Amino acid sequence: MEAIEEQHNFKSYLKKKFTGTGDSIFFAARFFKEVFRGRFQWQEFLNQCYMIGYKSVPLIGLTGFIMGLVLTLQSRPSLAEFGAESLLPGMVSNSLVIEIGPVITALICAGNIGSRIGAELGSMKVTEQIDAMEVSAINPYKYLVVTRVLATTFMIPVLVIYTDAIGFFGGYVAMNIHSDISFFHFFSAALAKVYFTDIIPALTKSVFFGFAIGIIGCYKGYRVTGGTESVGRAANSAVVAASLAVFVIDMIAVQITDLFQKHG
Amino acid sequence: MGNEETEIQTASTENENLIEIKGLHKSFNHNVILNGVDLKVKKGENVVVLGKSGAGKSVLIKCLVGLVEPDEGQVFVFGKEISTLNYKDLNETRIKIGFLFQNAALYDSMTVRENLDFPLKHHNRNLSREEREKIIIKELEDVGLKDSIDKMPSELSGGMSKRIGLARTLILKPDIMLYDEPTTGLDTATSKEISALILEMQKKNNISSIIITHDMTCAKTTADRIVMLKEGKIIAEGSYEELQHSDDEWIKSFFD
Ligand SMILES: Nc1ncnc2c1ncn2[C@@H]1O[C@H](COP(=O)(O)OP(=O)(O)O)[C@@H](O)[C@H]1O
Ligand SMILES: [Mg+2]
Repeated sequence: MEAIEEQHNFKSYLKKKFTGTGDSIFFAARFFKEVFRGRFQWQEFLNQCYMIGYKSVPLIGLTGFIMGLVLTLQSRPSLAEFGAESLLPGMVSNSLVIEIGPVITALICAGNIGSRIGAELGSMKVTEQIDAMEVSAINPYKYLVVTRVLATTFMIPVLVIYTDAIGFFGGYVAMNIHSDISFFHFFSAALAKVYFTDIIPALTKSVFFGFAIGIIGCYKGYRVTGGTESVGRAANSAVVAASLAVFVIDMIAVQITDLFQKHG
Repeated sequence: MGNEETEIQTASTENENLIEIKGLHKSFNHNVILNGVDLKVKKGENVVVLGKSGAGKSVLIKCLVGLVEPDEGQVFVFGKEISTLNYKDLNETRIKIGFLFQNAALYDSMTVRENLDFPLKHHNRNLSREEREKIIIKELEDVGLKDSIDKMPSELSGGMSKRIGLARTLILKPDIMLYDEPTTGLDTATSKEISALILEMQKKNNISSIIITHDMTCAKTTADRIVMLKEGKIIAEGSYEELQHSDDEWIKSFFD
């Protein structure tokens, strides 16, 4: 008797899991259908871009600066051992552009923007604002989700470039703690090691980071049912899922780049 | 040929019933909420739906605008069956239906002006900013809140939110209004004002409405006809006076 019940519970658990996954795939697929349909909401899109930039620039700037600084200070002794200190700017810029810049930016945005979008749409859902939009014949998916997802997809790469630039500057400051190096000298040494074939994959994965953060935030918010306490939970689970997605995308991206570099 | 026929059919239903619900069933996770509801609303008629909390009153009116998909049964609005419409046609129907949500559901990131402007500019692209402003002000005057035009929803009291919600809904000139507990959570005086406003707007624009409430004063003021929802079915209907003198204990309990 108990076994049957357990089996039943397990079945309904699996069913729930799968419809959950199915739901999220359907939700993401709908984006590609709606994005080309009807009038594009420029104002809301620009508004969201502004919000993303405005909310993230100080935090990301500070983090980027510290990452550049720490990276330089920590790499210095090992390079100095080989008398290869002159390689330091190139090494720092390389890790910043390829990995640290995109991932740190995306993680901060997953926390910052993912939770904001999740909470915003979640509270609109529980207070029936999304339903109100729907019944006044305005497509809420188009108005709320498409604009937010496009905004994160566009803004994360922009913020990554900004993080990289600030990170370079942090590296420059760190270099000057031990030696005197001119601004121009540092930057030409740093940029000499940044190749086009590093920038393109880095920005491409940033685009995917942005898309994932936006769509996950919207999905978690849109799916909220019940009272206001579920809004907090949605925001929280948006952050967790978006951060996880960043790592998974990063892992896939490194495999793909690896493949290309081997054969290309 | 077939086309002509449906047109005639639509025209005749418009004269009689703007809303027609037939055998509506709806369950959520094996909980039967609506179990065969039949309801008709004529043009210009105000129908009040009474029922205990959790009886499925909100679900009932959400079926009329396609927010909830019925499991079984048919819902005709303006002679069109809602569940068979595609998204575009559904939206064309929705424009003609106003829905006042229980907590007004004002967009809390927008000012009162923007709340009213939002549906207006979406559906009237040819109107200039000045023309829209004029319409917004007139609509706010009708609900007596012209001075609140620059306020945010968080600065409004419950009664004010309801009025703004009403103005935002009426701005698209609906033929049908659905009110989900318009007076719940308001003090007696404000409730009376809202009820009077509902009646006034209905008379002025010849709107048909379904009003969900447990507030008997509101029901008395606004109802042409009252229907009672219990255990997923309409178990009684009639005028306020008729139901008040019913023998059924359950029905009478509402009128105490
Ligand atoms: N989307 C939904 N999912 C699951 N259950 C729902 C949903 N909407 C309503 N219900 C349930 O249906 C019942 C009736 O709800 P409702 O129509 O809001 O009642 P009321 O008559 O108070 O307006 C409630 O028990 C509610 O929990
Ligand atoms: Mg309700």
